[in-house]
Amino acid sequence: MKQMNWKELPHAGTVLKAGNANEYKTGSWRTYKPRWIEENCIHCLFCWIYCPDSAVLVKDEKMAGFDYDHCKGCGVCAMECPGKKGNKAIVMEEEGK
Amino acid sequence: MTTTQEKPLTLKSLSHKKDNLSGGHRMCSGCGAPTVVRQVLLAIDEPVVIANATGCLEVSTCLFPYTAWQVPWMHSAFENAAATASGIETMYRALRKKGKIKKDIKFIAFGGDGGTYDIGFQALSGAMERGHQLLYICYDNGAYMNTGIQRSSATPFGADTTTCPVGSKVPGKGQRRKDLTRIMAAHNVAYAAQASPHNWKDLMTKVKKALATNGPAYMGVIAPCNRGWRTQTNDSILLSRLAVDTCYWPLYEVEGGKWTINYDPKDKKKPVAEWLKPQGRFKHLFAPGNEALLARFQELVDQDWESLQKMAGAFGKK
Amino acid sequence: MGITSTKTVAVTGNQAVAEALRQLNPDVMPAYPITPSTGIMESFTSFVSNGKVDTETILVESEHSAMSACIGAAAAGGRVATATSAQGLALMWEMLHIASGYRLPILMALVNRALSAPLNIHGDHSDGMGMRDCGWIQLFCENAQEAYDNTIMAYRIAEHKDVRLPIAVNMDGFIISHSIESMQYITDEDVKKFVGEYIAIDPLLDIDNPKSIGALVLTDYYMEHKRAQHQAMLNVKKVVQDVSAEFAKMTGRNYGLFETYRLDDAEVAIVALNSAAGTIKDEIDRYREKGMKAGLLKPRVFRPFPYEEVGAALKNAKAVCVMDRADSYGGYGPLFMEIASALSPHKGPAMFNKIYGLGGRDLMPLDVDQVIEETAEVAKTGKVKIMKDYLSVRS
Repeated sequence: MKQMNWKELPHAGTVLKAGNANEYKTGSWRTYKPRWIEENCIHCLFCWIYCPDSAVLVKDEKMAGFDYDHCKGCGVCAMECPGKKGNKAIVMEEEGK
Repeated sequence: MTTTQEKPLTLKSLSHKKDNLSGGHRMCSGCGAPTVVRQVLLAIDEPVVIANATGCLEVSTCLFPYTAWQVPWMHSAFENAAATASGIETMYRALRKKGKIKKDIKFIAFGGDGGTYDIGFQALSGAMERGHQLLYICYDNGAYMNTGIQRSSATPFGADTTTCPVGSKVPGKGQRRKDLTRIMAAHNVAYAAQASPHNWKDLMTKVKKALATNGPAYMGVIAPCNRGWRTQTNDSILLSRLAVDTCYWPLYEVEGGKWTINYDPKDKKKPVAEWLKPQGRFKHLFAPGNEALLARFQELVDQDWESLQKMAGAFGKK
Repeated sequence: MGITSTKTVAVTGNQAVAEALRQLNPDVMPAYPITPSTGIMESFTSFVSNGKVDTETILVESEHSAMSACIGAAAAGGRVATATSAQGLALMWEMLHIASGYRLPILMALVNRALSAPLNIHGDHSDGMGMRDCGWIQLFCENAQEAYDNTIMAYRIAEHKDVRLPIAVNMDGFIISHSIESMQYITDEDVKKFVGEYIAIDPLLDIDNPKSIGALVLTDYYMEHKRAQHQAMLNVKKVVQDVSAEFAKMTGRNYGLFETYRLDDAEVAIVALNSAAGTIKDEIDRYREKGMKAGLLKPRVFRPFPYEEVGAALKNAKAVCVMDRADSYGGYGPLFMEIASALSPHKGPAMFNKIYGLGGRDLMPLDVDQVIEETAEVAKTGKVKIMKDYLSVRS
């Protein structure tokens, strides 16, 4: 975002665009990246409710992948995933590998 | 007064709702606090206005020129989320009375344990006493985390923090933690409760109850901090669960003087050492020679759990 | 239109300010009692209990929470007022900066009282002076009429779209707040017409347009925010003059940036704020009768300080004594430093500073005479013997 001069600031510095943090890509913070293994997914949506960064995508009440622009790779989703018969539906893999 | 839900609270039905905390905030990877906030906001159907004390949540979610909040939100200072919210809520009542506002709006104040137990205690006490229609939620990570892990009165006994560091003479925090939820219950607030983000259903049910209750409400929610607790980024939910299963952080509620324990692990109750072991801030408690400290920690947990059970027994279901 | 006025009344300064607040009918008033401002709150809550105002009061548990609640309520989107003094003001110091940084047009009745230590409940200006860097508009009032009038004008100044800053109306504790004077009120209808409807800017309660107030701002943006705030303060002077002109049309009472009393041709000039000006004017009259060209400048707008206009008004005097009812230990009195700044572009009069009236110590006519004669001596010789001294202290 181009930096505003003092005349361009919103009045009193109020941030008027609700949720514009979305434009800030925290995905670059990752060291590890979650990978979804669809065949092990029971669509419990635990990953969605536990994600600190609203980075789990849900469509029609089913897990639909990750928002890699914002996922910080914390691994909570993978940790909490119940998977199927002991096989996780989310695994963490080193970024860039 | 409690509310009955019109439709069952399921993750599938909740997943249709808009996430009112957007991604792109600067909370640490794996922080428990934004998970708590997301769950709180998903539990609410009505319009809501938030007041937020200075702290991790506040600085990380609103850093000019960005904000992660999709609902009206205000921060003013560290010790006054409750007072700021009192002003907002009162203006709402004033304008509503004059017919200038017609909608039903809910008011929530968020503060960390720093801005709630210590510097924010006075404002919280005042707001609860005055009876504002306000829900105050403390996300409790047990220290002043934003400024680098300094002790608060919410810090557990024996914890290592940067202001009560473990050294050759001092084994971490000497005092037991303050029990703010009980202090709030003693304020005779309309509704007081403890919750944990691992049990999203219990947390959200409590948020709904609190907002539907006539009068001020308080909720203390455990929010693990992997930096300050010296744990991994992926274990905030696991540690929340363990905190509850060891009875360090019982899930209970006090509605109009009636005490209810929402979850009793019974014979599955774990020794508190299972919660302490993964946390680097407690590693000295496992060093040879420190057995008495570990025993003391368990003793404190047992005392509190026993007295809570007595309260629920004496002031619980009739 | 005819000049608005009710019959002459005999009221204390606190009662007058409370009456002004009743007529202004703010939406929310968070307040905490502290002597000598408590009377305002008590009169006002009596109005509330008898249905004479629509105001929702918040009886907060401290002054810090009072200003915090003011900020929350003002940001929510309505008219807000409060009242305090000394220690109460000091306790909310952090929040005063935040109120102005958030550009919230909050009205404060500040009943000037000495700051501890030592503990003292009486009138001096240390509290008002302690907030001069807080970004608030500050108006100072000599008597109950001025306190009432400035309170009536306050929202029109503070809420102006080119301003949007909080405003404090100062009057001397006990001397004015608790003494009965005769004065005139304005009619309820005329106050209502004068103050008009409140226009909120970016209110929090406009839930269809959610916004975030109070972001963390880092090194890349903080200074731009403050430059914008500085601009707002620069705009205040003209707005004060315009509002005062409109007020004069309505009431027949004229208020400028400051009041001058027999200053035009004065060689001996005294500068003082608030109630002491009354005593000084009397003594100026006596010395004028004796042939001395003495005069007074009494600032009304202290923030923003009207340096150019004050400098122009004082530059032709031969000697100026600035009387401060507060001190800045290790410096000169705060008012002296403003006057010195105002006179610095001019090859003007010799100046010196007297600290008087601290902790409510009365300024007696004989004390004023001593000052006038000392100033006259400086005017004659051009030499100042002692730059800063305390008046009427047992030595």
